[in-house]
This record gives sequence, structure tokens and C-alpha cells, in this order.
Amino acid sequence: MIMIPSAIALVAAPLAAFVLIAFATRKAPMLSALIAVLAAGVSLALSTVNLVGVIGGSTTAGTFPGGSSGASVGAHAAMQWLSIPAVGRFRGLQIAMGVLVDPLSATMCVIVSLVAFLVTVYSLGYMKGDRGFSRYFAYLSLFAFSMLGLVVADNYFQTFVFWELVGLCSYLLIGFWFEKPSAADASRKAFVTNRWADFGFMTGILLLYSVFGTFDFGQLSTAISGARGSVALALIAGLIFVGPLGKSAQFPFHVWLPDAMEGPTPVSALIHAATMVAAGVYLIARGFVLFASVPAVMETMAYIGGFTALFAASIALVQRDIKRILAYSTLSQLGYMFMALGVGSMSAGMFHLTTHAFFKALLFLGAGSVIHATGEQDIFKMGGLVGKMKITAVTFVIGALALSGVFPLAGFWSKDEILVASLGSGHIGLYALGLGVAFMTAFYMFRLIFTAFGGRAAGGLHAHESGPAMTIPLLILAALTIVAGLIGSPWFKNAFGFSFGSFIFFGEPEGSRLDFLTAGISTAMAAGGILLAWAVYGRRSIKAERLAMTFGPLYRLLQRKFFVDEIYGWIFSKILLAAGVVFDWIDHTIIDGFFDGTGAAMRLAGRKLRLTQSGRLQAYALIIFAAIVIVVVVISTDMLGGSLN
Amino acid sequence: MIGLSQYLILSALLFCIGFIGAVAKRNAIAVLMGVELMLNAVNLNLVAFDRFGSHAAPLGQAFAVFIIAVAAAEVAVGLAVILTLYRRRASTTVDDLDALKG
Repeated sequence: MIMIPSAIALVAAPLAAFVLIAFATRKAPMLSALIAVLAAGVSLALSTVNLVGVIGGSTTAGTFPGGSSGASVGAHAAMQWLSIPAVGRFRGLQIAMGVLVDPLSATMCVIVSLVAFLVTVYSLGYMKGDRGFSRYFAYLSLFAFSMLGLVVADNYFQTFVFWELVGLCSYLLIGFWFEKPSAADASRKAFVTNRWADFGFMTGILLLYSVFGTFDFGQLSTAISGARGSVALALIAGLIFVGPLGKSAQFPFHVWLPDAMEGPTPVSALIHAATMVAAGVYLIARGFVLFASVPAVMETMAYIGGFTALFAASIALVQRDIKRILAYSTLSQLGYMFMALGVGSMSAGMFHLTTHAFFKALLFLGAGSVIHATGEQDIFKMGGLVGKMKITAVTFVIGALALSGVFPLAGFWSKDEILVASLGSGHIGLYALGLGVAFMTAFYMFRLIFTAFGGRAAGGLHAHESGPAMTIPLLILAALTIVAGLIGSPWFKNAFGFSFGSFIFFGEPEGSRLDFLTAGISTAMAAGGILLAWAVYGRRSIKAERLAMTFGPLYRLLQRKFFVDEIYGWIFSKILLAAGVVFDWIDHTIIDGFFDGTGAAMRLAGRKLRLTQSGRLQAYALIIFAAIVIVVVVISTDMLGGSLN
Repeated sequence: MIGLSQYLILSALLFCIGFIGAVAKRNAIAVLMGVELMLNAVNLNLVAFDRFGSHAAPLGQAFAVFIIAVAAAEVAVGLAVILTLYRRRASTTVDDLDALKG
């Protein structure tokens, strides 16, 4: 099998690039960039080879594997990494490091490496002239390595290692311009928020090992089905679920993602489309057997997802910063994915992850192109960009249409599948909520477009189209955005005999039969949102200011992002700091007191005892002799327990 | 008739005299002499046990010879130490030697 070596190589290539750039070519920026692009290209090529191999295997075998086990399709290889033998009651510790290539990981590898490759190429233009050019590409390669390693991991422990690496890379890249205080703060915020969530994840996998005795996905999927309904299983699923909540920025861990906009824009594209936030969704898909066996966790997942979708979309309605609007839309779309996974449709969730990766990368890179050209992030200070940046404008509109779910772009198919899945599983409330979010999504995206790209050109802006390093990735992503959705469409299934859902996971997704009613309703919602945005911001027949006045309190609530940051600030400054003061007191008085007291007692005893040392040798001799006499008397006297006689 | 116990009593007396000399005398040379007395008391003990004991091999006498040899070395070193002390401090009084006082 060629899959295992190529899977290892596709993970190792970016790592090699990172090491090379970090240790050899730091002084030569263009060489560093070239190495990074080359490594990403190698990863992309090998991922594609693997995906083709997996597709070939699954179509010739005629059967689709049972989810994560990947028994019949793909390949799996592992080696013992750490082995501590069992001793007595301690059961020992066996940790393997392995590579798992199955439809899920092969697809994900292609998404990750494709977006990483395009982002790396795009960065050549975007980061031109930056002082940390080499450092940037080193981090970018490390980021790709971490994410690819996470994707091909075959057990929870390895996943966790790469999971943390992904977190570290996001910290490094969000805080890339660390001399800017806001960027440094944002990177810390991202890291700390993720630490909270990762604590849950770590506790979960430790508990998992103590219950099942293995980290391996394949072995677990059989072990778990035997443990259905146990309290431990519910606890494990609940704890592990906290990890994805943090990585994929779901409520209440969402606060780091909008602030992550402080990083360079291509990094935002990478984080939002392929690497960071996708890791959470991917983990849920990978460990789907675990989560699906605990209905309570699934319900929670669905409702947290639905809530986050609505919550983030409503905040996006009033944002002014182009990147923040996109950031909140990512939160909202991730909410959709969680909703899909929660209602039991792994294929719909993964499908949306795939399509979202393309159009969100497109949108962010488009936004980056705009920011690069104008140096402005506030959409109300832009305007009329469509005339000056034709390629950017057209591709951005394609991305926005896809995000809004307009037929036949990528977002339409995946969003529709999620809506059908939530309706099909009896979650009418979530379905209605999803429709509402679709409406809001269309509205805020076209608010952005009509304001920034349409209308009159704002004075003082000298926009120009970006160079080919930036526009070519945009065009490629736009093309993918147009066609990527088709793999989930009924036509694809008719033509090739299998669909995305059945390939990724057993079970046919409901959406593949193209339910005209649901598709019609969601399209109507999107169209309604676009029309309303046009009325308000395009033709200006409804005054935006009057809308803000009418919904005054609500508007302010949205503008302040529901005060979540303020609430967290209050919790941290009041409750945590107060607790900190208490713990500080305990530490300083009780714990330090104990150890300092021990030391002081020793010193006092020493000061008193040294007085017995008179320095007179004859006194010492007398004492020694007396001691010998006493010992001899004791051991030679029966009454005192002696035994000489 | 002089038997084992008479030797042992003599040895014990000698040992006690030597010990008192070693512990109570203030002159370092007298202390050294006390130590010599104690060593010779032990020698007497060993030789007496050898003479009246049941062992065929003269172990006690062998030990006594060893102790005499060691004692000679000890006196040589001890006198050298005392001589050095006297040169540095112009005194051989043991009470003055309290450098080990805590």
C-alpha cells in the first residue's frame, strides 16, 4: 500500500519546511517562502493521491466502511510509542502513534492541504515586505503540520498532542504582530480560552483510558458499543465534547475567535477554513461513535450549535469591521455544523465543513485583498470597490452567495442537507432556527457587499487590484466554491453511483434526494435576506439609521456582542481575582507557614542544641565511656532484656 | 593461689586509674599517660584470659603484642601533637583546647 508512506510524508513535509526555515533559511525570506509553498504543494499532491486511492478502493470494494474503523477501505499502521508494563493493581500504559487513512481523514487531508497551499501562495503577496516574512512561513508550515498530524492520528492521545500543537500555532500566528498590544492580547485570549476547553478534553481522554484501556479509535468503536448507557461513558463523551467546543469556538467559548482577527488576514483564512476551528468538528466526526452513544451529549451539541449559529449571526448583523463580520459568520456556520452533528448527521456536518472551508477561505482572502489594497477594515469607510478590484469583487460575491446558500453554489447543498437532517430527526425548533440564521446570513453578507463594494467610492481610498499571487488563489477557490457543493448533489450520485455522505460515513444523507420544499424555503430565506440588504444598503429606501433607532436596545445589545466579553471580564476580575486573593492568602500563610515553620523550628533546635558542645574532649570521653557502660549493663542484664547470659 | 580473678581485679583497677587520669588530668602529657595505662590494663586482661582460658592457640598474647605496637605508634603521634600544641600556645593544659566549642 502506498497510502501509509504518503500519509506520513504529507504530514512530515510541512514539518521539514518548518525546521528548514527556522534553522537554515531565516535570513533569506524568499527562499523560506519557496520552501513553505513547496512543502504545502507536496502535502496537497500526496493528499490527493491518497484520496483518489481511497475512492478507488471504496468503489471497487462496493461496500462502505463502518465509520471510523475504516476496515475495508484505506489503511492503518501504528507503532508502540510508549509502553509501561502492568505492575500489580496499576494496569500499565500503552500509547501508540499511528497513521489512519480512511475516507474521513483522506477527505480532510485534501481540504487542509489545499487551503493551506492556497493560503501560503496568497501570503507571498499579502505579507510582502513584512519584517517577519520567514518567521511567518515557518509558523504557517508548523500550523499545516499540526493540523495534518491531527487529521491522520489514529488514537485520542495522538490527537490530543496535535490538538495542542494546533492551539500553539494559532497563538503564534494570531500574535504574529506581537508588538501591537491588541494582537498580543488576542493571542493570549485565544490560548487561554482554549486551555479551559482542552482541560475538559484531557480529563475526558484520561478517563477514557482508565475505563477502556485504549486510546485507539478502532478498538474504542467496538469497546464503546458494549458500554452503552453507562455513566462513565456519558461523562467521557461530555468531557471530550468540551474540547471541540473550545477549538471550534462554540458558545460559551466563542470569545476568542472574533479577537483572533488581529492576526494577518491569510492566517484568519487558514484558522477559519481549514486548521483551527475545523479541528473541533473533525474530532467529533472522528469520535462520532463515542458521542452518538450518549444521546444527552448529542442533544446538547445540537442545541449549543443552533444557539451559537443564531447568536453569532445576530451579532454579525451590526458589525462594521469586514473581518469581524466574517469571523461571526464563521461562528455561525460552525454552529450549523455542530447542529448537524448533534442531530446525528455526521455526513451533513462534514459536508458543510468541506464546502465552508472553500468559501470561507475565499471570503477571508478576498477581505485580505481589500484590506491589502485600501488599508481599511471598516466597511462604511469603503465603497465602490467593485470598479477598482474586479477579480476580488466578483470572487467575493461568489463566496457570499455560497455562504448565503444560493443555488447552485457550495453552501446551498450543505446548508440544505443540515436543514433537512434537523427536520428529519424531528428537531422542528432547530430547523426553524436554521432558517432564521440563513436569512440573517444572507442579510449581513450583502450588507457588507452593498456597502463596501457597491455605492459611491469613498474619498481618500486608493484601491487597486492585488497581484497575481493573491488573485489566483481567489480564482481557484471561487471555482471550487462553485463546484464543491455538487459532490453532495443528487446529480453526482446518479453519475458516479456514490455520494459524499455515503463515502464519508455509512448511511445515506437525507438531502441527496433534493427535497424541493425545504430547498425552496431556504432559498427564499436567502433571497429575502439579500433583498432586504439591498433595500437598506443598496437602494437605501429603508434608512439604516432608522432601523437602528427602532430597535435601539436590541441594536446596542448586538453591538456590544451580548456583553459576553464584559461578563467574562467581570467573572475574571471579580470572582477569579477574589478567589486568587484567598488562595494567595492560603499559600502564603498556611502552606508557606508550614514549611517556613519547619525550617524555623530546626534552626531554633540547632541554636539550643549547640550549647551542649562544650569543646572539652575529656567531657566527651567521659560521656562516651558512660554510654558504653550503660550499653554493656543493659545487654548483660536479664531484667533489662539483655541476652548475654 | 593467684587465679584469673586476681589478674582481672588488677586489670580493672589499672583501667580505672588510667581512665580517671585520661578524663580528669589537665596536663595533656598526663592524659596521654592515662591512656597508656588503660591500654596496658587491657593487655593484662588479654594475657590473663589467654593463660587461664581453654584456647590452644595463643590468641590473647598475639593481640597483646599488636596493642603494644599500636600503643607505641599512638604515643609517638600523641607526643608529636602535644609538642606542636605547646609550640603554638605555650601551654599543654587540656582545658585551653576548646576549638570544638559550639
